[in-house]
Amino acid sequence: MLTLPQESVCSPSAAQPLDVPMLRPPEAASPRACAEPPAARRRPLLARCFRIASARRGGGSAAAFRSAVLGVCRGFILLYKLFAAIMRLVILEDYDQASEWAAKYICNRIIQFKPTQGRYFTLGLPTGSTPLGCYKKLIEYHKNGDLSFKYVKTFNMDEYVGLPRNHPESYHSYMWNNFFKHIDIDPNNAHILDGNAPDLQVECDAFEKKIEEAGGIDLFVGGIGPDGHIAFNEPGSSLSSRTRLKTLAMDTILANAKYFDGDLSKVPTMALTVGVGTVMDAREVMILITGAHKAFALYKAIEEGVNHMWTVSAFQQHPRTIFVCDEDATLELRVKTVKYFKGEH
Amino acid sequence: MPSNKSVSDAPIAQFTNCRLLRGRRLQREDLWVREGKILNPEKLFFDEKGSADVQLDCKGCILAPGFIDVQINGGFGVDFSLATDDFRSGIDLVAQKILSHGVTSFCPTLVTSPPSVYHQILPQISVRNGGAHGAGILGAHLEGPFISKEKKGAHPEHCIRTFEENGFQDLLATYGSLDCIRIVTLAPEIKRSSEVIQELTKRGICVSLGHSVANLSQAEEAVQHGATFITHLFNAMLPFHHRDPGIVGLLTSDKIPAGRRVFYGMISDGIHTNPAALRIAHRAHPKGMVLVTDAIAGMGLAPGRHTLGQQVVEIDGLNTYIAGTKTLSGSVATMDTCVRHFLEATGCSVETALEAASLHPAQLLGIEDRKGTLNYDSDADFLMLDDSLHVQATYIAGEEVWRQDALGM
Repeated sequence: MLTLPQESVCSPSAAQPLDVPMLRPPEAASPRACAEPPAARRRPLLARCFRIASARRGGGSAAAFRSAVLGVCRGFILLYKLFAAIMRLVILEDYDQASEWAAKYICNRIIQFKPTQGRYFTLGLPTGSTPLGCYKKLIEYHKNGDLSFKYVKTFNMDEYVGLPRNHPESYHSYMWNNFFKHIDIDPNNAHILDGNAPDLQVECDAFEKKIEEAGGIDLFVGGIGPDGHIAFNEPGSSLSSRTRLKTLAMDTILANAKYFDGDLSKVPTMALTVGVGTVMDAREVMILITGAHKAFALYKAIEEGVNHMWTVSAFQQHPRTIFVCDEDATLELRVKTVKYFKGEH
Repeated sequence: MPSNKSVSDAPIAQFTNCRLLRGRRLQREDLWVREGKILNPEKLFFDEKGSADVQLDCKGCILAPGFIDVQINGGFGVDFSLATDDFRSGIDLVAQKILSHGVTSFCPTLVTSPPSVYHQILPQISVRNGGAHGAGILGAHLEGPFISKEKKGAHPEHCIRTFEENGFQDLLATYGSLDCIRIVTLAPEIKRSSEVIQELTKRGICVSLGHSVANLSQAEEAVQHGATFITHLFNAMLPFHHRDPGIVGLLTSDKIPAGRRVFYGMISDGIHTNPAALRIAHRAHPKGMVLVTDAIAGMGLAPGRHTLGQQVVEIDGLNTYIAGTKTLSGSVATMDTCVRHFLEATGCSVETALEAASLHPAQLLGIEDRKGTLNYDSDADFLMLDDSLHVQATYIAGEEVWRQDALGM
């Protein structure tokens, strides 16, 4: 049966990370899902809250009154959770579980949105080693028939400058090999910055325009660099920056050298990237952080202040952000912080 | 999904759920085909924003480049060295039948024959693309008549000639025309062979050494003048000797010009060479191995007597002898049998076995940019094989030209 509020679907505690129920798209729905009359789904949230309240009527009028009040309270809590700003830190045991959790979250978001012709779900996408597991899971859900990308538009965060598009390390190649070639996305809806465009700033401005024309990003998925950067917004980037050309920091070049046979001279030194401001404009942001080498960056992003030297910290001020991590990534956090977020419901 | 292709409106086929031979190994990738050529799907996606029009599930099969047979004398009752009235339909029949063996391109081979035969037959052979009508013809392989009398094998002695007198002119006079000749097998110890080899190589014709008693230095000299192939290694040549390895020594010779490779054909039917010899050759020079069938008219037919040029041969199982003797004369093995036998005898990888029948012959003939691989922009000549390398389906230029009936794919 389709559950309604988004929170109850996607809020497993670390103790039961794999219990996230997966939604099925309405067309492939099992008989159970069809049991709920369509009309109920279209009723506004407040009315649903009162329906919960009234459903519990029974017994004496006092009991009925009590249950009605309880129902109303529940309804308001639901409303609050839905519309209030939240920052969540979801901690899974290891990389695989974190990847699966993130993939299920994305999958559920898309299905709940019910994208269709003329009403696309817009997804921001990252590259690098962290999201690989998540992509694999999304491909699995697609191959199982549970998830279609037919009405999904994607916007990648960045691309190297000067690297041929068919170079095995370009982000175009990455996205093709690790994601696009396995799913049913329309090529016209897959947007990646062109690092070989004749005028790079024009390319960046056009990218911003495309995002705007698509109605903004519904869910921006990102990673974090060891120096706390989001996309290629290196330490020192403006927190209200837009898509632009950036020179890569030494930390990033070192981190990327492993993809270029360990030869630093082969690593591109410039890239086009969405700005911090661009990602902040998204309606929802999910940051994937796994591995002990990212732990310090996570600490700086969550427990210290908003600081342009650790650009992911900007998301402390985003109305709706989820940080998905594994245990290793929390190694630099205070025990108190970890306990708090693990206990959250 | 609506496809929006800016380069061409031709339909795009995507073969999924398969393992294809690319980059010298079997990879889990899809094969994309458009207009008879293998398409780069990444380029299609990003540059043209295109997608597949039709998807075909290969059910886990291996996709390999079509086999190329550079030495086949006939089959199914057809003898390429026999000048008959319906020669053309004979060649068409063989071209069509070998599709089921996985051969998508071949070189019809003529054994030593009188000049009249060449003059009659060669104009009837034309280089042409393959298709539903049959495998493509890359050009003729003329095995003889400029060979050694001592190593004639099944070739008729009275037709053997030399070009000692007029060199290349003798060869021209014998064959008549050089159009559509792809390979010439000759014995390099014949006087003036160097100039003949040079002339042939200049014209883009591949020169092969065979039916010869040449020693290693004669063979090396021939290679230096342009020879690049050895016809059925070990057969019809001096045996390997540790002080004069003969033509066999070319496999490990250090006198091969830089940047060139000597290829050698082997009939891996289990009869023409002992599996141990097959292994020795393969281990000595794995990149030069070219599997050939050297099939004769009796291939595909019941045991009994058949013609081979001017001779009569007798088939008994997989063995073919000159009638009444124990001299081997061609084989009746099919190309896919040869590939399987090679795999089994050498214990090599599936990729190596497949390459010996596809990539290496293409490299020998200098056509690997369009045949013999599943690289992007290559001709879409490929096979669907099961794990034991039995051909399930044959495709030429992206069209299915043969299918194993038992499987209802």
